[in-house]
Amino acid sequence: MHVSHLSLQDFRSYTQVDLELEPGVNAFVGPNGQGKTNLVEAIGYVATLGSHRVANDAALVRAGAQRAVVRTRVVRGDRASTIDLEINVGRANRARLNRSPVPRVRDVVGILRTVLFAPEDLVLVKGDPDARRRFLDDLMILVSPRLASVLADYERVLRQRSALLKSAGGPRRRGRSTGDDAAGSPDLRTLDVWDAKLAVLGAEIIAVRQRLVVGLAPFVDDAYDRVSAGQGRAEIAYRSSLASALDLPETDFLPTVAEIEAQLLEAVSRLRPKEIERGVCLVGPHRDDLVLTLGGLPAKGYASHGESWSFALALRLASYSLLTEGVGDSDDDFWVADSREDGEPVLVLDDVFAELDVRRRQRLADLVAPARQVLITAAVPGDVPESLVGVRFDVHGGEVTRVAR
Amino acid sequence: MYEGAVQDLIDELGRLPGVGPKSAQRIAFHLLAADADDVRRLVDALTQVKARVKFCEVCGNVAEEERCRVCRDPRRSPTVICVVEEPKDVVAIERTREFRGTYHVLGGAINPIDNVGPDDLRISQLMSRLADGQVTEIILATDPNVEGEATATYLARLLGPMGLRVTRLASGLPVGGDLEYADEVTLGRAFEGRRVVHG
Ligand SMILES: Nc1ncnc2c1ncn2[C@@H]1O[C@H](COP(=O)(O)OP(=O)(O)OP(=O)(O)O)[C@@H](O)[C@H]1O
Ligand SMILES: [Mg+2]
Ligand SMILES: [Zn+2]
Repeated sequence: MHVSHLSLQDFRSYTQVDLELEPGVNAFVGPNGQGKTNLVEAIGYVATLGSHRVANDAALVRAGAQRAVVRTRVVRGDRASTIDLEINVGRANRARLNRSPVPRVRDVVGILRTVLFAPEDLVLVKGDPDARRRFLDDLMILVSPRLASVLADYERVLRQRSALLKSAGGPRRRGRSTGDDAAGSPDLRTLDVWDAKLAVLGAEIIAVRQRLVVGLAPFVDDAYDRVSAGQGRAEIAYRSSLASALDLPETDFLPTVAEIEAQLLEAVSRLRPKEIERGVCLVGPHRDDLVLTLGGLPAKGYASHGESWSFALALRLASYSLLTEGVGDSDDDFWVADSREDGEPVLVLDDVFAELDVRRRQRLADLVAPARQVLITAAVPGDVPESLVGVRFDVHGGEVTRVAR
Repeated sequence: MYEGAVQDLIDELGRLPGVGPKSAQRIAFHLLAADADDVRRLVDALTQVKARVKFCEVCGNVAEEERCRVCRDPRRSPTVICVVEEPKDVVAIERTREFRGTYHVLGGAINPIDNVGPDDLRISQLMSRLADGQVTEIILATDPNVEGEATATYLARLLGPMGLRVTRLASGLPVGGDLEYADEVTLGRAFEGRRVVHG
């Protein structure tokens, strides 16, 4: 798929801008602080209804304006859809699809799919596990939009279960209750039910994440090899809180959803006294991590800045490859590549080339050149390899002008 | 802030679900400008609803007598009970014309965040309706969201060992939503496709 038109009104630094984009490479070039990232951020927002830079929408609306409007035309195969998003300050956002209002804004999620790399992605390597879990979960939704509701339901079950554990453990923690039979407490009659819900939903999330990681791993290795200075192999592995809760041995084959569900039930029953004492859910996909290793050492805490940056970029490039080429395991019907219907995502690379030397620039260019559409930002025109021919836009002082090439 | 009575009215209206301060103000000034007769009819309706409407002593649905219209209807089968969260769910299911049994309104769903546990729902009343052995099937029609599912599972585990047929509406209802948001056709289909559940 590709974005053929982008128009912004009061989005970030832009009062008004209209752009015709092309399939293939689109490069946005201009000095720092001129609004290059703002453009690609808008495209990422249409895909995910969130910014890669801020958690809160307020910063997206031009200072002094009340609402921002982002309009895009997305072409997939021979079908075009227009998505209009209105981002309101202090009021619910609104969305229109092909000019008709949609009941819920999130109904437009999934029409445009993007894989976006930006300098902020350094947290994938240097940050806490929640950034890496979010990386896997965002990818999961791109792979199978249905799973968005599984993730949302799991979040809700966690909140409900934690509330129950807190209310049940409250008197104990304050030292009023006696006896070990926690299940006898009136609050806890429903805990078994919440355990079951946590296990069913959690098992599906863990199973999909494990399969995603297996599918991603070879692409991460390859992408890291291209964009790094070539020292050490980049490896990824899924580390589940289940393994430590149950002292599971390491195995090479993936457990099924049903097996994980049984393991989760076993784990919560073992951890019950501890969970009640502490009032938190101690096992499940929300306590898992994606472990990154570089040449056998943990990337977090060991990798240099440049290595960490390359690893983060490799994770995004690998996501793109996975979504485009799919995974080979045909007896697992978790997902299929969507490229046969021109569903491959739009690739967005914000500020990537400046960090690379000439050789690695060229190797990255070779990797991304076949993509259906790539949006690139760069402060210096010379940073973008000549071989990435395409459309160039100069971005300067709120004006975006197309440059013939 | 407005003076006395006007502000009191705005405050009261603002307490209603779905009415924000702006709407409360608009409604208040609409009433202020309205005919005295129109306002009196509204006041009457409000007084009547409190004076006349009670909750059915059998199923917990809204009723104008001791028993609601469904429970009074001799053509409704007493062998099948459909368990729902709220009276509005009864209305939604009645619209489908698919169901000829009776209801049981729980008055909510299990929700630890809001401090709602099984004892806060009309579960013991449901159990006493089962005492005479007439009921053969319980349809769990709680909302298709996390709390509704948890409540259904809790009830299935409670009722399963009693030798009843316990069923749950087929999936296909809007996920995460309220039963009342499903259209008649979808809800009717969910009824027909209901499946036996075991806790
Ligand atoms: N809500 C807003 N209202 C007005 N201006 C904004 C808003 N948000 C950001 N800006 C301005 O947008 C500019 C940053 O734009 P952007 O991040 O796109 O720069 P860039 O061209 O990508 O620069 P760099 O090369 O440094 O990454 C800043 O000058 C900032 O002040
Ligand atoms: Mg930038
Ligand atoms: Zn009744």
